[in-house]
Amino acid sequence: MENINVKVNGVSVSVPAGSTALTAARTAGVEIPTLCYLKDINEIGACRICVVEASKARGLVAACVYPVSDGEEITTNSPKLIESRKMTLELLLSNHKKKCLTCVRSENCELQKLCKEYGVEFDDRFEGAMNKYDIDRSASHMYRDNEKCILCRRCSAACEKLQAVSVIGANDRGFDTHIASPFEMPLGSVACVSCGQCINVCPTGALSERDDTQKVFDALSDPTKHVIVQTAPSVRVGLGEEFGYPIGSIVTGKLVTALRRLGFDKVFDTNFSADLTIMEEATEFVTRYTNKDHLPMFTSCSPGWIKFVEYYYPEFIPNLSTCKSPQGMFGATAKTYYAEKEGIDPQDIFVVSVMPCTAKKFEAERIDHSAVKGLPDIDVVITVRELARMIRKAGILFRDLPDGEYDSPFGLGSGAGTIFGATGGVMEAALRTAVKAVTGKDAECLDFLDVRGTQGIKEATYDLNGNIIRVAVASGISNAKKLLEMIKSGEKEYDFVEIMACPGGCVNGGGQPIQPASVRNNVDIRATRAAGLYQDDLNLPVRLSHENPDIKRVYDEYFGTPNSHKSHEILHTGYTVRKKY
Amino acid sequence: MTNVQQPVSLEDTPFYKKQLRLALRNCGIINPEKIDEYIAMDGYMALGKVLTEMTPQTVVDTILASGLRGRGGGGFPTGRKWQFALNNVSDKKYVCCNADEGDPGAFMDRSVLEGDPHAVIEAMAIAGYAIGADEGYIYVRAEYPTAIKRLEIAIGQAREYGLLGKNIFGTDFNFDITLRFGAGAFVCGEETSLLTSIEGNRGEPRPRPPFPAVKGLFGKPTIINNVETYANVCQIILKGAEWFSSIGTEKSKGTKVFALGGKIKNTGLVEVPMGTTLREIIEEIGGGIPNGKKFKAAQTGGPSGGCIPAEFIDTPIDYDNLIAIGSMMGSGGLIVMDEDNCMVDIAKFFLDFTVDESCGKCTPCRIGTRRLYEILEKITSGNGTLEDLDRMENLCNYIKANSLCGLGQTAPNPVLSTYKRFRDEYIAHVVDKKCPAAVCKSLLCYEITADKCKGCTACSRVCPVGAISGTVKNPHSIDKTKCIKCGACMERCKFGAIVKK
Repeated sequence: MENINVKVNGVSVSVPAGSTALTAARTAGVEIPTLCYLKDINEIGACRICVVEASKARGLVAACVYPVSDGEEITTNSPKLIESRKMTLELLLSNHKKKCLTCVRSENCELQKLCKEYGVEFDDRFEGAMNKYDIDRSASHMYRDNEKCILCRRCSAACEKLQAVSVIGANDRGFDTHIASPFEMPLGSVACVSCGQCINVCPTGALSERDDTQKVFDALSDPTKHVIVQTAPSVRVGLGEEFGYPIGSIVTGKLVTALRRLGFDKVFDTNFSADLTIMEEATEFVTRYTNKDHLPMFTSCSPGWIKFVEYYYPEFIPNLSTCKSPQGMFGATAKTYYAEKEGIDPQDIFVVSVMPCTAKKFEAERIDHSAVKGLPDIDVVITVRELARMIRKAGILFRDLPDGEYDSPFGLGSGAGTIFGATGGVMEAALRTAVKAVTGKDAECLDFLDVRGTQGIKEATYDLNGNIIRVAVASGISNAKKLLEMIKSGEKEYDFVEIMACPGGCVNGGGQPIQPASVRNNVDIRATRAAGLYQDDLNLPVRLSHENPDIKRVYDEYFGTPNSHKSHEILHTGYTVRKKY
Repeated sequence: MTNVQQPVSLEDTPFYKKQLRLALRNCGIINPEKIDEYIAMDGYMALGKVLTEMTPQTVVDTILASGLRGRGGGGFPTGRKWQFALNNVSDKKYVCCNADEGDPGAFMDRSVLEGDPHAVIEAMAIAGYAIGADEGYIYVRAEYPTAIKRLEIAIGQAREYGLLGKNIFGTDFNFDITLRFGAGAFVCGEETSLLTSIEGNRGEPRPRPPFPAVKGLFGKPTIINNVETYANVCQIILKGAEWFSSIGTEKSKGTKVFALGGKIKNTGLVEVPMGTTLREIIEEIGGGIPNGKKFKAAQTGGPSGGCIPAEFIDTPIDYDNLIAIGSMMGSGGLIVMDEDNCMVDIAKFFLDFTVDESCGKCTPCRIGTRRLYEILEKITSGNGTLEDLDRMENLCNYIKANSLCGLGQTAPNPVLSTYKRFRDEYIAHVVDKKCPAAVCKSLLCYEITADKCKGCTACSRVCPVGAISGTVKNPHSIDKTKCIKCGACMERCKFGAIVKK
């Protein structure tokens, strides 16, 4: 594309034609504040915080959507503009529940940060009527407090554009405008997939995960409970951000120590049960592939994806793998095999999951197929953010912690387990094991690069001893939907498909640390976090699920073989058709 | 039978004498449900001429040369809009008609749609040919059932006659029109909101650029013109650009329809050449102000417009003059006000409308207009301060500069223009705590003029709160702490002894 020359605050820069004033400014080393803007997702020019003066436009324009033209001069910081932005902030504050001291997003709030930068005090220059809303606590994974909402629409844009479910949007108009579901239905009553992407993009404390930390603290202080914890693969690459580490840092050792110091009786790794999932799922796939039974087979690790199929594409339920997710397999194994092995009554085992995901909270509430009748596989799910909160509350200086090791017997996870956290990871892990299952020997190169990367839809074909396996990988529900439609119409045929509900996979899950738009717009956090996991994979001594010694033992001692009767009883599950209305 | 009044031609009555009906030419003359009657008035001749004798560029050139400007509010040159859309190469283009007339008291578009629907359909087809579009949408408010019905009939008849559809007039030009009904949002009269609404989304504006002529309906080049604008097109084609540009002022050609209302004897739609003065409209066409009251101001442009004080009554009305005196043409509402109108109250009335109609997308309009309204409420309730006036002016300028769309950008106009022209009234409200026009209830007080009061006791008997005391045949008095300002006493007094201040 051809370049054009513009001046930003007098500095000449050359940018591609069609660039916005915001891009041009950044090229010139100038930051323009934004609130509603989220690159590629929400480009609506609504909040007006990014207004600038442009020599070829009448009046002020929103830098986030204004295309600059050749020779144009942009001013971003005149006194008039600064006053305008300050006034916008004052107006937002005039209808904002200013409970900043106790807000879950205090110190990580984009509105708060801008108010500080622009010297806005709570002087209530524009004090007036405020909208009153009840907090919506109806969903099993999150809260909505519309009194803190600044109507940037980032949540509804994420719901519509990334996830294609659109269960939230603007209701009413003018001053009464608010984000809600159709007909003011509570979020818990609509076809929300619980992915939590809306929370991750919310600039304020209007949206937050359901806080379950107190339940964990209560269990930890209950002497009758044997409290164990599992940490999902991508927790080790997410948590560091909460404590000032660069995006993509692996903090496994400190994570383990922190959990131990919080008082957990055992600290286990979901990477172990990710390997267990691979054993089950790869075997299930080979059987189904051989029998041509409901192909393509879809992965079932992502609870947001499962909920999506149950609501929107129930005709594909038979195509879902019956494997529980790694979280579910862990809980099920803990309350059966582990209980037996350790001689603990499963009733007394309290399983906590630390997940990058809000939908896992919903998944934990699905108890129809739990391993021990009447007992949930998982007792409480907390997100990465909640764990960080617990660590801070307990006064643990995370950065100063020594590295720790996971406990046996679920302490070993392979590299295949670790990459479950990134889109394509489950597929790659399964392929590593499927190659062995089909050909009898391991692949020469364990890196299946075709299925890596942050593209929404990836596909590849593998020839395993003459067996042609056509695979596809999608992340983000909107991409999953596209893929499903192509499969439905017969345009595409696959044998095995991996879907993760969140764009980029669990590394970008709805329970991961929240990065402000100023970071999201400029750094691909999905790719950066995924890179951390792939590095972890390379560094691990075992990179194949079927070679994980803990896995071998659990089969030897308990399940027998993958897809055995026992493993079906404990490690597999079923699905329900859900009505949208 | 000696005193028989000679019948007077309608054209010679004061109401019609100064009018020139171009846009409304067929309204009330033809049966709008019969295409043959429209055809009898040269209907569809312009389309025939365009398709058989003109190139798209010559059509655009003719509209450009005529000087026709958009009648919906902004006054953007119609030909330039068409030229932009013509220049944009695209596999698909659209022609839209904005019939979402929403200004309070304005109904000129409705009259055209109800009285001469084919004029709009024909003009849209011409526009389609000019820019290279084969599909048109009329976005008409659902509150106009008669207009919708007549449009449906007209579109049906035009299709039947081959004037819409494939190969119109035997040429390879295809064009058809779909109706879309507004759901009652004023903001959908703003062009990008209108497009968003046609696309099936919540009616909200989107930032410009890109302008609709580049990226409009469903992302394709689109022109949007108002009903009244289209109503002029066919005659320009038939009679020529020169004829049209001979009417009006230097920069505003043709006529404009106004919805004349308020404190005026003759109300209704009036169509006058651009350049007609306010005095001609009010005093001659409108017949002046009733009850011998004094003209105070005229409000034009609806909720986006401003108030023109009496000193500008001789200003020739056109787009640019109105803007120069702090108002705007808008869609043509013209509300006449006399000395009994409080200008602060008027500003509050229009602002109340915009606050209610704000779509809620951008911060300045969603919260800013509401806060502005609250300041005006504070002023009219007698609690305003001089600081509030500064805050008000600040907020007005901020909303104007920062809002996303025209609705927000113009929302403060009624406040700004009244504050500029009638600052004394604002000052009176906040400093003297008085409403000079005696409209704002909180600032009113009722008093009995002692020397006029006969002591008949009628007022004290009618007072619902017992605020009036006095003995028979002696002047009465009102206890202001008890008075609820209902005005019952004043109405009852036969001697004009009670005044409100």
